[in-house]
Amino acid sequence: MQLTNRSKTVVNKEMTFWERMYLPAVISGVTITIKHLFRKKATIRYPETKREIAAVWRGQHVLKRDDKGAERCTACGLCAVACPAEAITMVAAERKKGEENLYREEKYAATYEINMLRCIFCGLCEEACPKEAIFLTDRIVSTDYGRNGFVYGKDKLVEKVDERIDVTKRQTESVLAFKQQKKLSHNK
Amino acid sequence: MILTDYFIYKLILTGSVFGITLFVAAYSTYAERKVAAFLQDRLGPDRAGPFGILQPLADGLKMIMKEEIIPVVSNKLLFVMGPSIAMLTALMAGVVIPWGNTLILDGVEYSLQIADLNIGVLYVFAVVSIGVYGIMIGGWASNNKFSLLGAIRASAQMISYEVAMGLAIIALVVTTGTLSLREISAMQSGGVGGDWNFWNVVHQPLGFLIFLVCAFAECNRTPFDLPECETELVGGYHTEYSSMKLGFYLFAEYINMFVSSAVISTLYFGGYNFPFMNDLGLDHNVITILGTLAFFAKIVFFIFFYMWIRWTIPRFRYDQLMNLGWKILIPLAIFNIFVTALVSLFWK
Repeated sequence: MQLTNRSKTVVNKEMTFWERMYLPAVISGVTITIKHLFRKKATIRYPETKREIAAVWRGQHVLKRDDKGAERCTACGLCAVACPAEAITMVAAERKKGEENLYREEKYAATYEINMLRCIFCGLCEEACPKEAIFLTDRIVSTDYGRNGFVYGKDKLVEKVDERIDVTKRQTESVLAFKQQKKLSHNK
Repeated sequence: MILTDYFIYKLILTGSVFGITLFVAAYSTYAERKVAAFLQDRLGPDRAGPFGILQPLADGLKMIMKEEIIPVVSNKLLFVMGPSIAMLTALMAGVVIPWGNTLILDGVEYSLQIADLNIGVLYVFAVVSIGVYGIMIGGWASNNKFSLLGAIRASAQMISYEVAMGLAIIALVVTTGTLSLREISAMQSGGVGGDWNFWNVVHQPLGFLIFLVCAFAECNRTPFDLPECETELVGGYHTEYSSMKLGFYLFAEYINMFVSSAVISTLYFGGYNFPFMNDLGLDHNVITILGTLAFFAKIVFFIFFYMWIRWTIPRFRYDQLMNLGWKILIPLAIFNIFVTALVSLFWK
């Protein structure tokens, strides 16, 4: 079976005198390398310039707040169940009196952790979430020196009240339609 | 010239040659990384200062700050001596190289060469040969099989290629009739222009080729970098070295590159001479300064050439190296001597 037309039959033949001189081969080699000296460079100087990413790029997660600034997450655990990498853990708690402005519903996530080293950024958590609380954004998870630094808690995941993170690109019409489908168990 | 003046002049000259050698060697490390990157469609170091121009300083600082490890089982005295010898001999070779013609200040002629030995070529050879001791002693004193293998390879390779190199030089000496580097430079004066005179590379193309290949081997540069062949020998002779001692070994390699580029330029590419130098009608001193600049341009080109080759050609296998040295280069060099001798006997 022929997969490509680039295959070459390997022959262990004696080299000709011309080939044994090495020099013609060396000269053709250096002409190839010198051409690369003037080529356009592939490097992207990262912090200054960034690679273009797709509109639906799946980067670091965000836990959204609603319009009044209350956390949307109710700690139902569907994201953790959906997660194929088992990167999400959470502890649920009951909302106390006077915390209505902090949490939207009676139950909320007291701790919510995503291990960014385990996460494969598949976006299944976002798909599973019935409350539209978790989204993947176009931010890139930054580096760290230790492993513990990659376990992101609520301090890093929940968006700040005064600096909201735009996820409208992630909520394309098809996504919204999917979320409204009442047939799916998590939307019932 | 009175004695104190003489000393001051020699001191300034020696100091500047020393400084320039170290400066060029330091920036060769930067150039190596940049050239490597550019030949591979990358950008190379560009973080330390504009275009990464401070990279050699950062590298040097890093080398000095690193932990110094001397293996317990090593021979401490020899372990320290190794890099010192490598560095010392690398720096010594620059003494006989004519960096330029003479400068005339207040009617006194100052030669831009530290010492004009009448056996300059032999001196360079002698010093470069001692350089292999640095590698041998370092490799042996490490008490490590990889270091020892690297050192053995280095010495075998250097001795083999020195033979062909010496034979290539003999052919050159037959045509020039002198061993003094200053006289060899002066003979190639002029070149293209009013006074038609070719550089030695035109008279000795084969000799130049042999010398160039041997120079690569003598500097332990790819494709002949078997002494530090990472894929087989970890780090070769400097496996056990760390901190600035490793820095010295690496630095000595770059100094050797600089000096050998200077020697190639002097012997085969006219040294400080450049085309049309006698037709411009400029002052003697101006010509000398331009000549020195031309000389450095040639050196920079050859240093670039070293790097260019390094990032083009893969490493030879050890038996291929020995085959090339003994079975091809030496017979070729002898053939070259023979032809040169015949031509110089019957042509004149």
